[in-house]
Amino acid sequence: MKPEFKIISDLIEKNASVLDVGCDDGILMEFLKENKEADIRGIEISKNKVQLCISKGLTVIEGNAEYDLKQFPENSFDYVVLGQTLQAFINPEKVITELLRVGKKAIVTIPNFGHWKVRLNLLIKGTMPITSSLPNEWYNTPNIHMCTIKDFVEFSKIMNFKIFQSLALMNKKVTNINKSNLFIKNLFGELGIFLIEK
Amino acid sequence: MNIKQNIKTLIVEKPLKLDCGQTINNFPLAYETYGSLNNDKDNAILVFHALTGDQFVTGINPITKKDGWWSYAVGPGKSIDTDKYFVICANVIGGCMGSFGPSHENPKTKKIYGTDFPVITINDMVNAQVNLLDFFGIEKLFSVVGGSMGGMQVLQFISNYPDKAKTAIPIACTSSHSAQNIAFNELGRQAIAADHNWSDGNYNSKNIVPDKGLAVARMAAHITYLSKKGLQEKFGRKLQERDDLKFGFDADFQIESYLRYQGSVFVDRFDANSYLYITRAMDYFDLVKQFNGNLSDAFKNTKAKFFIISFTSDWLYPTQENKDIVIALNAVGANVGFVEIESDKGHDSFLLNVPDFLKALKNFLDKSYTEKIS
Repeated sequence: MKPEFKIISDLIEKNASVLDVGCDDGILMEFLKENKEADIRGIEISKNKVQLCISKGLTVIEGNAEYDLKQFPENSFDYVVLGQTLQAFINPEKVITELLRVGKKAIVTIPNFGHWKVRLNLLIKGTMPITSSLPNEWYNTPNIHMCTIKDFVEFSKIMNFKIFQSLALMNKKVTNINKSNLFIKNLFGELGIFLIEK
Repeated sequence: MNIKQNIKTLIVEKPLKLDCGQTINNFPLAYETYGSLNNDKDNAILVFHALTGDQFVTGINPITKKDGWWSYAVGPGKSIDTDKYFVICANVIGGCMGSFGPSHENPKTKKIYGTDFPVITINDMVNAQVNLLDFFGIEKLFSVVGGSMGGMQVLQFISNYPDKAKTAIPIACTSSHSAQNIAFNELGRQAIAADHNWSDGNYNSKNIVPDKGLAVARMAAHITYLSKKGLQEKFGRKLQERDDLKFGFDADFQIESYLRYQGSVFVDRFDANSYLYITRAMDYFDLVKQFNGNLSDAFKNTKAKFFIISFTSDWLYPTQENKDIVIALNAVGANVGFVEIESDKGHDSFLLNVPDFLKALKNFLDKSYTEKIS
């Protein structure tokens, strides 16, 4: 289980309705079902992963979040979760707008491109950074819109959504991000976790 | 051959008002069951058959002596596990395997109905079959399942009886028959009507059958059940028991021979008038229109858990039409899962050995059953 799943779960109330966008193998869904008795649905692009979720008894729709979120009416879910995939969409602006339309709240996690290892990698080697959380080469990475924690905070102002809570994950420890520590968190946070609302 | 001795029949006494306005009662509904109903009566699955199917889902069909039409999916240890579930399937009304249909005698005229049989709809079929629940004393089915026209019956069933099933699995179907669907059905009907033996539907009294017309209808329909790729891979331009073209109109190509065979075996087991009536019922199916353009309203009262399945190479009921059902269900917050199965076997994929499909079906049913969802 990814370390941020517990953190995501802590942001969600019991019995909430949740849509996990890009639910992968359904591990977060199972966790939320068990721990939060959440009414949980998933949307997943990979047929194999959908099959895996079905074998776990999870309700999953095969689909592409970029096009298939539009089928859900406004405020269909209490929470919509988007885990580490915002950077892989062709149009992240559209996806964020859709998340906040479909969900009353959204939880978005992003691999932080501002992490010092990433910065150092580019600075010293002069090649596109490859780290444990970003293992692909530039030419085969699905991550076409990488951003930093700071970028995402800026993005909230541009896109006009509210950040309720922002957390940084470093060494499996979670800390709050605020205005005064943003520089530090953006340098040392491996992952940014944001609870947002329109 | 005495067909009747192998066919279980429920005589439905309760009057059924058909969509065409006529009311029928005391009509036969032929059915078959597999597995056994448990004490809680919570393990029953109603399977709906497609256009040319019948109640003999699995095992050896006692009439045709061939494997049941869904033998890959239904049986002991299979996706629809008859060791676990009690499977019920009825021949649709309008059909020709024992249920009230155009080959039956009209009690008023003492003549075979033929085209005097009332035009029936998917709604009528479902309303006839719901009587089986009372017959078996089943309050709520564990699942309603069906592919193609069977899937349409699943949708109609849930719409008519929103709390009579815990789960619903419409496979490779649509909520509204498209112009292309209607066009292919009309081609089949016209092929039957063009056979002189059809005699405006009165062939029974003359002891003849419009077998040529019905065979052509079947051949045309059969092409629509397969994919171009599947056909090309299976037959290509292979020749039928000959080394070279014969410069004539015999079946030079294997595909021709195959289609002729499919047509010829079909006429032995199917009634031409039934073919007309059932294709008509499919064409009239438009659940969207039934709910004044809003398909979601068909499902707003149900708590059933849905699982929609489509196939990549199905161009008769393509993925998008199946997805439209998913969208309508999501709009009313229904519990719906969806998967498109990769297969080059076309629309027929749901009837064939497509492991990904069979696996998904099994997993969904077995997991939902252990959940004991209400």
